Amino acid sequence: MPVRRNGRKPRVAVFKFASCDGCQLSLLDAEEELLAVADAIDIAFFPEASRRMLKGPYDIGIVEGSITTPHDVEHIREIRKSCGALITIGACATAGGIQALRNWKDIKEFVRIVYASPEHISTLDRSLPIGSFVHVDFELRGCPINKYELIEVINAFLHKRKPNVHTHSVCIDCKLKGNVCVMVAHGTPCLGPVTQSGCGAICPSFDRGCYGCYGPMESPNTPVLARQFSELGETQHDISLAFRGFNAYAEAFRRESEAHEK
Amino acid sequence: MNRTSKLEANNLQQLFTALQDKGYVTVGPTLRDEAIVYDRIGSANELPVGWSDEQSPANYRLTKRSDDSYFGFNATPQSWKKFLYPPLRKLFTMRRDGKSLELSNESDANIKYAFVGVRPCELSAILIQDKVFQSGEYRDDAYSAARRDLFIVAVNCTTAGGTCFCSSMKTGPEAQKDFDISLTEVFRDGAHFFVVKIGSELGASIMELVETGAASAEEIETTDAMLRQTESQMNKTMETDGLPRLLAENLEHPHWEDVAKRCLTCGNCTMVCPTCFCSTVEDITDLSGQNAERLRRWDSCFTVDFSKVAGGNFRISTKSRYRQWLTHKLSSWVEQFGVSGCVGCGRCITWCPVGIDLTAEVQAIRGAETQQRKGD
Ligand code: SF4
Ligand code: SF4
Ligand code: SF4
Ligand code: SF4
Repeated sequence: MPVRRNGRKPRVAVFKFASCDGCQLSLLDAEEELLAVADAIDIAFFPEASRRMLKGPYDIGIVEGSITTPHDVEHIREIRKSCGALITIGACATAGGIQALRNWKDIKEFVRIVYASPEHISTLDRSLPIGSFVHVDFELRGCPINKYELIEVINAFLHKRKPNVHTHSVCIDCKLKGNVCVMVAHGTPCLGPVTQSGCGAICPSFDRGCYGCYGPMESPNTPVLARQFSELGETQHDISLAFRGFNAYAEAFRRESEAHEK
Repeated sequence: MNRTSKLEANNLQQLFTALQDKGYVTVGPTLRDEAIVYDRIGSANELPVGWSDEQSPANYRLTKRSDDSYFGFNATPQSWKKFLYPPLRKLFTMRRDGKSLELSNESDANIKYAFVGVRPCELSAILIQDKVFQSGEYRDDAYSAARRDLFIVAVNCTTAGGTCFCSSMKTGPEAQKDFDISLTEVFRDGAHFFVVKIGSELGASIMELVETGAASAEEIETTDAMLRQTESQMNKTMETDGLPRLLAENLEHPHWEDVAKRCLTCGNCTMVCPTCFCSTVEDITDLSGQNAERLRRWDSCFTVDFSKVAGGNFRISTKSRYRQWLTHKLSSWVEQFGVSGCVGCGRCITWCPVGIDLTAEVQAIRGAETQQRKGD
């Protein structure tokens, strides 16, 4: 039986920080499973989907987005207190997201250029993952996340079992699918060997190299892959950019992209 | 029936038709995604006519041949393993019914396969997996069922691929036994034909449905010469003398650190290896908690989860993971199954994204060891 507290369904809240909404919407996108999800949990707070906004505490908090302002910091601390388990979803919440590209720039200069009255803007100098501020029980990677993995994580929490979410390379998924390796057979640079599984090897299945949307895998040897990229004819700049995508600020990718910066 | 005969290339389709008439699903090499892969094919036309491949560490390219050969290429990206031992398999489903549990074994209807184009090294690999899955305490019934119904058309290698070393492993370039029929493709004085050898009664009964003629002594001699030439073309070698012991005695050799620096722990080598057999099981529940199923999924000793046990992980470093792979293949496998776990197909070399070459790694350990001995 799924976990029930005092005979009621677990209460779930979905929160958003700096992000594009894509990840939380994948919950709504899971049409076929949605009824079963709604049957198993009580969605108490999900502003993107419903006007119903029940106050905490919640059994599970699902958080999308990165922390970019002082206000965010306070808010995520409150959320942490009100949630039994905290699950972060997507590259923004788990690595700082594409907006973390600004971590390499001077944010004050951006603010000056973009806003008419910069003095009203209060922002942190970096975009950081939720885990940099509060304890996170489970990080679900991806840009965007895979909706089946999200349901699997909720499902596993409900039944108190380990989620079947893998931390090995994308290559293993590629081989399970019977794909021909695009790097070996076509000479296309591919981040698959250093990227975590989760998408089902979508890009290599369509003749593309992996873009690293799921962030670094469990034991990423990025310098060796970078050397291979350069043998395939990529410039230092290309290599730096390859690691500076949606998960640019994840430690292993950040280090590698910086190593190839001029 | 004559055990050796000659099949004109134009009549190869008859073999497909005969097999299909006997209820076989024919699987063979075909072009896909700029490579030659094994897939279900219906006819001889779907074979990679006139295509070959160029292989080196971390590199595979299709190339055009100057003739219309059907089997003028070498090891494919993946082996036949994926048919006999599928990457994902449902083991059972479970339903909760009130207070009782209802268990049903998943026995997918067995497919009767005919593999057309099994290379000698691959045939050896199938025999190795037979030992793994069909002997000892734990047997795999689904594997046995698929294997029992399998028809094997072996094809001898008339060219050696860039990463092959079957002659070192004594598995090729000619299949000696354990096939139903074997073919050697020949171009001679403008003629294009196969020399056919029959390896089983079943093979003989299929060949009765195919138009063949007698192979002359010279024609047979031609195939022998071609196979000898393949052997001499072999790009790679691996010295196997005393190898199991050499590796077992060098578990702390500094070279393991060296290869660890180059290895991505991506797992490609184990996935493409025709003998690697490791899997994991995963339990899945539905949201209601009323239904569950157990899946089996290929796993690799390069994943972190592989060596996770209660209390910790006994194989965290890349060094220990690479060492597990190489020593299992070439050393402890012999203790376990009485044969080497490597048949010399070269796949792990070609498909390693950074071209780590086990023959070179073995040589490095062996070389350093010999030098050390000399220095003593
Ligand atoms: S295509 Fe990319 S992800 Fe797939 S096996 Fe090759 S390197 Fe790995
Ligand atoms: S270890 Fe490598 S060369 Fe040997 S059988 Fe496996 S894939 Fe082929
Ligand atoms: S080398 Fe690794 S994956 Fe292959 S059979 Fe041995 S332990 Fe399993
Ligand atoms: S040896 Fe090559 S294929 Fe195997 S895990 Fe290491 S990098 Fe991947």
